Amino acid sequence: MKLEVAELNSFYGPAHILFDVGFAVGDGEVVAMLGRNGAGKSTTFRTIMGLVSRRAGLVKFEGDEITRLPSYEIVRRGLGYVPEDRRIFSELTVEENFEVGRQKPRPGAAAWTPDRIYKLFPNLGEMRRRLGGDMSGGEQQMLSIGRTLMGNPSLVLLDEPSEGLAPKIVEQMAGAILAMKREGLSIVISEQNLHFAKLICDRAYIIEKGRIRFSGTIDELEAHPEIRDAYLAV
Amino acid sequence: MELLFVQALSGLASAASLFLVASGLSIIFGVTRIVNFAHGAFYMLGAYVAYTLTSRFAGPLGFWGGLLVASLIVAALGALMEMVLLRRIYQAPELFQLLATFGVTLMVQDLVVVIWGADDLLGPRAPGFTGAFSLFGRNIPTYDLLLIALGPAVLGLLWLLFHRTRWGVLVRAATQDRDMVACLGVNQKWLFTSVFALGVFLAALGGALQIPRTTVTHYMDLSIIVEVFVVVVIGGLGSVTGAFVAAVLVSELNALGILALPKISLVAVFLVMAVVLVVRPFGLFGKAERAPRSSAGTSFRPWKPMTSIERIGVALIVALAALLPLFAGNYALSVGSEILVFVLFAASLHFMMTVGGLASFGHAAYFGLGAYGAAFAIKFLGAPMGVALLIGPLFGLAGAVISGWFCVRLSGVYFAMLTLAFAQIIWSVAFQWVEVTGGDNGILGIWPSRWASSPEGFFWLTLAIVAVSVALLRVLVFSPFGFGLRATRDNTLRADAIGIDRKSVQWAAFIVSGTFAGLAGALFAFLKGSVFPETLGIPISVDGLVMVLLGGIETVSGAVVGAIFYKALAIWLMSQTDLSKLVLGAIIVLLVVASPKGIVGFIEQIRHRRPPSPNGAGSSAARADASDALGIAKMKVAE
Repeated sequence: MKLEVAELNSFYGPAHILFDVGFAVGDGEVVAMLGRNGAGKSTTFRTIMGLVSRRAGLVKFEGDEITRLPSYEIVRRGLGYVPEDRRIFSELTVEENFEVGRQKPRPGAAAWTPDRIYKLFPNLGEMRRRLGGDMSGGEQQMLSIGRTLMGNPSLVLLDEPSEGLAPKIVEQMAGAILAMKREGLSIVISEQNLHFAKLICDRAYIIEKGRIRFSGTIDELEAHPEIRDAYLAV
Repeated sequence: MELLFVQALSGLASAASLFLVASGLSIIFGVTRIVNFAHGAFYMLGAYVAYTLTSRFAGPLGFWGGLLVASLIVAALGALMEMVLLRRIYQAPELFQLLATFGVTLMVQDLVVVIWGADDLLGPRAPGFTGAFSLFGRNIPTYDLLLIALGPAVLGLLWLLFHRTRWGVLVRAATQDRDMVACLGVNQKWLFTSVFALGVFLAALGGALQIPRTTVTHYMDLSIIVEVFVVVVIGGLGSVTGAFVAAVLVSELNALGILALPKISLVAVFLVMAVVLVVRPFGLFGKAERAPRSSAGTSFRPWKPMTSIERIGVALIVALAALLPLFAGNYALSVGSEILVFVLFAASLHFMMTVGGLASFGHAAYFGLGAYGAAFAIKFLGAPMGVALLIGPLFGLAGAVISGWFCVRLSGVYFAMLTLAFAQIIWSVAFQWVEVTGGDNGILGIWPSRWASSPEGFFWLTLAIVAVSVALLRVLVFSPFGFGLRATRDNTLRADAIGIDRKSVQWAAFIVSGTFAGLAGALFAFLKGSVFPETLGIPISVDGLVMVLLGGIETVSGAVVGAIFYKALAIWLMSQTDLSKLVLGAIIVLLVVASPKGIVGFIEQIRHRRPPSPNGAGSSAARADASDALGIAKMKVAE
């Protein structure tokens, strides 16, 4: 297993947010974490990345426990994270944003370079000197993903990559994610949108009120519309 | 005209050091969000260490090498402070960080005197730049020309560093969003330490470069830090270019202001700062700050008015205090009165800081204004004490009306720095306007009226005034005004959204606080029988802050306990040691690191102990998370 998460609990102050969340991702798999707004998708990612200080549970990455490691160390081990709100550096150029993300290449895998990312997202290649703040939402999302790829991760947590994007850009995004999959990357995508998940994912989990409610393949989910109706906005 | 030109050149030369120090402060703030009060101390250390090295090793290599090595040594000290002290408190509210670095400043002041002595030191001249050249019949040191060239050169080097190196790109990214930088695999700890070392290096170099121009003194830290605060407030915190432009502006205003208004040159600088802040609240080159992580007074245990049993308890304690003259001697009574005066002073600051979330670093201004107001009433009007005790607070009120109007336009560290700047302006007026204030000699002969002239009488009077004032402040906390004020503190945007005018509410709180501080100051004048500029000084402001902090900033009136404890300790320490600043600084540092909740906060915590949390995490972790959650809530609103 690439990533194993077990009995994850986390808290914001006195508020208990995640309850015994558990899931697993295999090598080269693309897995969807589905759930409504506020269900706990982002908190799950943030907890794995060590960004929620009050947390309990077990996170194993490539067989090693990383539960208590600082965020930067988790990233250096190859677990990349693209946050929901993109968080690009608006006063840095596209190239400089990539530079911030750059980490050592992974043994046995070709290193990501800006040029390879421009092939994945051709739009970015035309605006290498543009400031992050002067880009559209879709371009910022591409920049945010590219910046994380510069860290040469073997697994990426993508938090709602399709949120707020025009349908045409969403299509482009799906293509890019499939291309990343072909490169051998494992990917976890949080989504509210089942249709988008269907395009790219092998398996899915559904999270609701901080608990995992469903685990199975996309086909199984399709076969049970009552689950979809109970936990997802359609 | 020629004179103007020559003065302007001299101003440019002064700007170099000011720019170095200010840019260091700005760079550190940009990444770590810490306003490093100890920056002045590092500037001073740079000058002292450079003095020692250049006196020991002669020749050009000894001199220039000495400056460089001195700056490197001090930078290493700065990095050490970052690693040992600041790393522990990055999550704390900004106020704690300012206080911790202030504690270090106090310690350095005493250490410098211990190591180098109290006398001013005169360092060697710069080899190759000892001469002067003549311009319009006036001599201009060639060293000044060197400094004039140095400023832009350093600015250029810093630009290259930040735009042409990976380290610089990381620093710029961290300035914008340091958590995201960590999420991209960058170890923030070392980034912070290296940034801190660079900033301190610039400060120390700024100090070292001064030794051929001026004497090295053990009070050069406070004078530079105030000027640097003014520079970064004008230029915009976090902006190196802003620091450069503002350093030139401030130095030129100083240099030319002396020609135009010889006595009140500081006022010119200050007026410019006020105008800049009104037009651009984040400085010429600054950008709007995100909402602060958490304001000073935010508490997660709702405040409640006292129960009737608690009220009876407090009444009993006041009654007990009133019995003190029956068995205490004159000295003990005067100490008692002094403690009471500071109880009121601390309570007034506490009101502003915890209820209003407005951390003032210059609260002594209103205390001192109250003292001078009372003294003027006696000296110029021949008024009796009763009238003087009314005029004093009115001075505090007037001062708070004016400076508060400017200050509430800002928040967080900008607010703190502006309050400090105002206090320093008022201090310098009191110091320089000898005809009215007596300058350094102060105003003497401010004695109480006959009915309160005995130590017992004055103690009772003080106790009555202080008890009533503190009670009034408490009533205000639980009044609709107090609720509105707390709303602006806890969430400015939401308070705005329900129709609370943040600025006027905070301005009113500022005025209330300043007025009560003025009352405390007026009492202080009568207690001491005299008034000196020191009543307006930074140490008094910091005393107030420490009392509030010690009492606990999440409490309704912890400052009362904090003031009693701290003042008693300080008076005792003064009688025990010559190095009271060293001890006091160490206490402040320890306090910030060990007990951010203060005495009363600690007691409350025990009284209201919550059931243990599910995973047994400590309360400090819970607190950090709660502020996390708050931060998130704020961001959502901002979107």
